[in-house]
Amino acid sequence: MKFLSMMTAGLVTVAAPVSAATDIQFWHAMGGRLGEVVEEIAAKYNASQDTYNLVPTYKGGYEDTMTAGIAAFRAKQQPNIIQIFDAGAATIINAKGATIPVAELMSDFNAEDYIEGVRNFYADSDGNMIGMPFNSSTPLLYYNKDILAKAGIEGPPATWEEFEAMAPAIKEAGYQALAQSHSPWIFSENFHSRHNLQLATGNNGYDSTDVEILYNNDHMKMHWTKVKEWLDADYYGFYGRGWGDNQDAFVQQKTAMWLGSSGSFGGLASSAEFEFGAAELPYWKSITDEPYGTFIGGAALFAMAGKPDEENAGVADFMEFLTSAEMQYFWHKETGYVPITNAAYELAKSDGYYESTPDAEVGITQLTQRAGEWTKGYRLGFYVQIREAMYKQYDNIFSGSSSVEDAFVAMEEESNALLDRFDASMN
Amino acid sequence: MKRVQFEHSPIPYLFVAPQIIIIVVFFLWPAAQAVYQSFLLEDAFGLSSQFVWFRNYSDTIFSAAWLQAFWFTIIFSTLVTALSLGLALLLAVKANEVIQGASTYKTLLMWAYAIAPPVAGLMGNLMFNPLIGDLYGFMNAVGFDFDHKLDPYDAGFVVVLISVWKQVSVNFIFFLSGLQGIPKSVNEAALMDCKSPTRRFWTITFPLLAPTTFFLMVINITYAFFETFGIIDTTTQGAPGGATTTLVFKVFQDGFRGADIGGSSAQSVVLMLLVLALTVIQFRFIEKKVHY
Repeated sequence: MKFLSMMTAGLVTVAAPVSAATDIQFWHAMGGRLGEVVEEIAAKYNASQDTYNLVPTYKGGYEDTMTAGIAAFRAKQQPNIIQIFDAGAATIINAKGATIPVAELMSDFNAEDYIEGVRNFYADSDGNMIGMPFNSSTPLLYYNKDILAKAGIEGPPATWEEFEAMAPAIKEAGYQALAQSHSPWIFSENFHSRHNLQLATGNNGYDSTDVEILYNNDHMKMHWTKVKEWLDADYYGFYGRGWGDNQDAFVQQKTAMWLGSSGSFGGLASSAEFEFGAAELPYWKSITDEPYGTFIGGAALFAMAGKPDEENAGVADFMEFLTSAEMQYFWHKETGYVPITNAAYELAKSDGYYESTPDAEVGITQLTQRAGEWTKGYRLGFYVQIREAMYKQYDNIFSGSSSVEDAFVAMEEESNALLDRFDASMN
Repeated sequence: MKRVQFEHSPIPYLFVAPQIIIIVVFFLWPAAQAVYQSFLLEDAFGLSSQFVWFRNYSDTIFSAAWLQAFWFTIIFSTLVTALSLGLALLLAVKANEVIQGASTYKTLLMWAYAIAPPVAGLMGNLMFNPLIGDLYGFMNAVGFDFDHKLDPYDAGFVVVLISVWKQVSVNFIFFLSGLQGIPKSVNEAALMDCKSPTRRFWTITFPLLAPTTFFLMVINITYAFFETFGIIDTTTQGAPGGATTTLVFKVFQDGFRGADIGGSSAQSVVLMLLVLALTVIQFRFIEKKVHY
């Protein structure tokens, strides 16, 4: 009987593509639960109309998806939509003719509809959106309420100065104070946004590819000198460069606090056997009195060029569907990623979502904090390799094999050589 | 006077054709592509392209990161080859002498052969996990200040250990069959002349095993250069500070992650030449000492 129903189900799915709907290929990098939600969105979209048939395909991690897209484009087999992550933005946006800007593709596009911190990250220097932000997250501080109570601490630190003051008490209670899962993203890129510091010449790389990196600055060196001190004092735990290794340390209650992503919320809620809360990313009072908003992390959807007009119309249609307040709210609730439009944020508020789950709002309030000259984003070529150079030097700082000073000089040299190469590849 | 002419039948060509086609399609063609790409500087999507002579070579090969990877690869490959050959030979000689339960013993030793390098890497990674890893706990419990997340030597130890463990079983199988191929009469004759088993091994058995050893050496160096990629990718990912990055892993990082096609092509061409040179050296100088 079960076999029979499977057979009929099979027949139905085989029969479906016979209808005249135009297939829209969508390559994404969302695995596990996130991938299931993407499938649900596709199913909802396909049920909502019958002109287009969205076909989502999981292509592996962010880098794998980008590489697959590049190889496909070179072989003229590209999908209609591809998901590209923050570090790959310069690669795809600077390749003129690889994509169709979403601002051009969508008929009634208005940048003002999108929340402040999201608007510019995947836009060109004039603010025209090239990619549609899809899974948008931002770094947050998660804290273990039980451990903080045990150490006699009221609440999470708002500044790094406060953190330094409470770390000894946490150590006294038998825990490490902090771990963190992505040093380039949290302790470098967003460090600059949070304090409104310039991170590269040429308007953070938006205006040109002929740029130099500015990570080798006094604020960064001060911060990393402090982090190294915390590591040596056992206030800070380093469990490897893997994202999960450090999150596990928090889940297993080795550390009282953990810096992760606003998108980590759902995963923590299901794995942590203690009460935890989310707070904004701490900042240094000594650098700025009031913090600035952070960058979005995550990835965006790009419409690839070289496809027939009717398919492009389908891409635009799907993007409109995806950015509707209802879909954004659904995505926000299911995954923990922030909603990208003001309308979706309003909908979540009016629905009372943040009254029942206040932690879900922290990411959005942080993204919509005051903007500065250097908070809209960055656009740097070969940034995947630059992040690799950063990881390498942060390892060296931690192991003590090079001083903070030397590490940042080496990082600067390697990054600038990469940027120089990228610039040459664009001319 | 009739000239003798052999009939040229096309059939032999037909028989070798599949192999030739495979070599052309999967080796010669991609290799030629890599050489071609290594002279070009392109954006990732191939929309703009320029011929830059040797810039890709000079940019990558003279960089500190490449040199670091080069030296690590040399040391790593030497260690992996020497250790996995040595251990496998020891195990094979001992297994060859076992009479009771010999097949169980042999099967257990061959088991790891069926494990793919990334799987071996994942298992090793779990065992060395700082939170739950038994080996990590053990190393620290016996008094080492073991921290492969930050100490380059500890990280090197982890990748060498896993790579050797994975390769020993392959070598074991070959050594064992090599040992079993040595005629009994030779061993018995040697036994009459010489009492010392160690001496018998080095003067009779080892020279007779030389063809196997040479073959395995070539295979193991290739393994250490290329196939250990899966182990490194699933354990250290080249960390800490790039200390466990092999040349192949760097090609992958720059080409497949970083979309620098020209740079990674140049690196793979250099790697190809390096392995070619190594193979030539092996066949020229070491094979001369091998008696078949």
